[in-house]
Amino acid sequence: MGFVFPLIATLTVLGAVGAMSFRKSIHAALSLVVALLGIAVTYLGLGAEFIALVQVLVYVGAVAILVVFVMQLTRSEGGQGEGMAVRPAALGVGTAGLVCGGLISCVVLLPDFRTPWPEKADVGLARLGEALTGDYVVALEGIGLLLTVAIIGAVLIALKRPNKEETPE
Amino acid sequence: MNALDQLFVSLKQWLVGLFPTSLQLGVSVFVSAAAIVGVYAGLFAITTWLERKGLARLQNRMGPNRVGPFGLLQPMADGIKALIKEDIIPQRADRLVHTLAPIVAVVPAILALAVIPVGQNMVAVDLAAGMVFFFAMGGVKEIGVFMAGWGSRNTYSLLGSMRGIAQMISYEMPLVLSALVVVMAVGSLSLVDIVNAQAGYHAGILARWNVFTPWGLGGFLLFMVAATAESNRTPFDLPEGESEIIAGHMLEYSGFKYALFFLGEYMGLFAVSGLAITLFLGGWHAPFSFLAWIPSWMWFFGKLVCFIALFIWLRGTLPRLRADQLMEFAYKFMVPMVLVNLVAVALWHFTAGWTFLGGGLLRWVLCAALLFLPFLGLARLVSKRPHRIQRVYRFAE
Amino acid sequence: MAPLHQYLLLSALLFGIGLAGVLTRRNGLITLMGIELMLNAANLNFIAFWRHSPNPEAIEGVLLTMFAIGVAAAEVAVGLALVIAIYRRYRSVNLDEVDQLKG
Repeated sequence: MGFVFPLIATLTVLGAVGAMSFRKSIHAALSLVVALLGIAVTYLGLGAEFIALVQVLVYVGAVAILVVFVMQLTRSEGGQGEGMAVRPAALGVGTAGLVCGGLISCVVLLPDFRTPWPEKADVGLARLGEALTGDYVVALEGIGLLLTVAIIGAVLIALKRPNKEETPE
Repeated sequence: MNALDQLFVSLKQWLVGLFPTSLQLGVSVFVSAAAIVGVYAGLFAITTWLERKGLARLQNRMGPNRVGPFGLLQPMADGIKALIKEDIIPQRADRLVHTLAPIVAVVPAILALAVIPVGQNMVAVDLAAGMVFFFAMGGVKEIGVFMAGWGSRNTYSLLGSMRGIAQMISYEMPLVLSALVVVMAVGSLSLVDIVNAQAGYHAGILARWNVFTPWGLGGFLLFMVAATAESNRTPFDLPEGESEIIAGHMLEYSGFKYALFFLGEYMGLFAVSGLAITLFLGGWHAPFSFLAWIPSWMWFFGKLVCFIALFIWLRGTLPRLRADQLMEFAYKFMVPMVLVNLVAVALWHFTAGWTFLGGGLLRWVLCAALLFLPFLGLARLVSKRPHRIQRVYRFAE
Repeated sequence: MAPLHQYLLLSALLFGIGLAGVLTRRNGLITLMGIELMLNAANLNFIAFWRHSPNPEAIEGVLLTMFAIGVAAAEVAVGLALVIAIYRRYRSVNLDEVDQLKG
């Protein structure tokens, strides 16, 4: 089974590269879906079954769908002219490459990251639930509050205000 | 009785036992997958015939009656026709996206079927988070709808997929929240556990199904409405409304790809009906204790066929909603009701200790009242028509 | 199972790709996607290190990932609403054209 991880990892990275470089933004979004699914499979390989399912549910089922929905709503299918910025794209890629290179060199050079995996069972759903409603209940409530505020904020921001709308239609 | 009940389980064990130990896991997975695809594809063929025949009878027609007795071979004829038809890809279409879309629409629907227990010891995968898996697959299906609509480069397709996605996102919330009620009551996300929790009989006769509790009944009705919308069935078939946008996201598809979409739609219908049966109608349990001798898988598929008949009946009876009515209903009625239902199940949980005389009845009445009063208010709110437009006919006098 | 550093390399690569996208693309939606990609890279690290910790009782990595996914969902909701508002005002989602503070 040694070939599974390299395969999935390659697919994920290709998906991510596509998501950031395709000219048509719809293609980019679909490519992002591939990357997100790849990450979900990686979670599965690491024994975090629940997180993998949540990843598919939230990222593919909600985030990616909403992104493509907004793409259609704003008719930003891209194509002509859109794409890499006029401002030096090399600068952006270079900065990202520098950060990425730093991270990679850390990972490769430090010996701590080569110790073998310990034996571990999947985190039970019951235990996860107990932790969420026990020690971490404040954080959970915080996330709930954040999501509520985000929904209200999103609706208010996106709300059409016809009387203030003065830009030409 | 037990031998018949476990017939397919022992059949699979015998089949897997024929292979050497190193291959057994693979063979087991293959057999389960083949069984799921085979059984539900067969059911799909029967359903298309049932639907055409049933709709025809509802509309005072004969329905298919040329191929085979009672037109029973019609699904085969349809299949052959779909296979040998020319596969047309529009010139301006995005070829890759257009081709991949039917596959993306079908595969998650079939995968979702894998976690639904169809009988005693009969489930392909018993995931600890089976319900999350089910809804995750429902989310992936939406990508298929979107890809079909966008990849076809047709305004009607695009409109259809936009409608479809808006509808699916809006109704996913009530769907998940109404299913969550059962998770709260049972305390498990595994569908097998949920079925097992509904074992046993009230007073030795009536089954302990979730639907026989106030929150279960409310949850079941809400779930069915959301499920109808989620599987794009009438009265929520706006994404493909023939009279408005022809066939929505499936407009530019022909031949086998169209058949795949069709298959995916029905697989989704089976999956969501199967989930409703599992969550509220006791899965493969018999409704009365004296009927428990009938094999468990027969109960499950019998219930499934009843659901299919219900969906056909609805399709023949109800007119299609308008898009604004659809959204208004989702956010002004479904979501608040589902949230109230969550409170009702919490009340049910905390009053579980009421064993004094009449306590059970009081508990029932309290929970039912908690659900019914908001229902009355919300129903009035939704059915009110604030802006009735006076129609003026200028040329039709 | 692949060794830990391979997972970390994957995560670093994803982070770099996301960062490059955020820095170079002008389309607001693509930028948002890049941010999501970076968040995912961080989540992957959380899960990898959770799996790598010898303590069988530790579930903080999983919990943090769940919270991160929740925050990401909230962020996307607001971000997309902003994109829609920007589109209404400027008829474009090109971030370079959004250059006025006055609404």
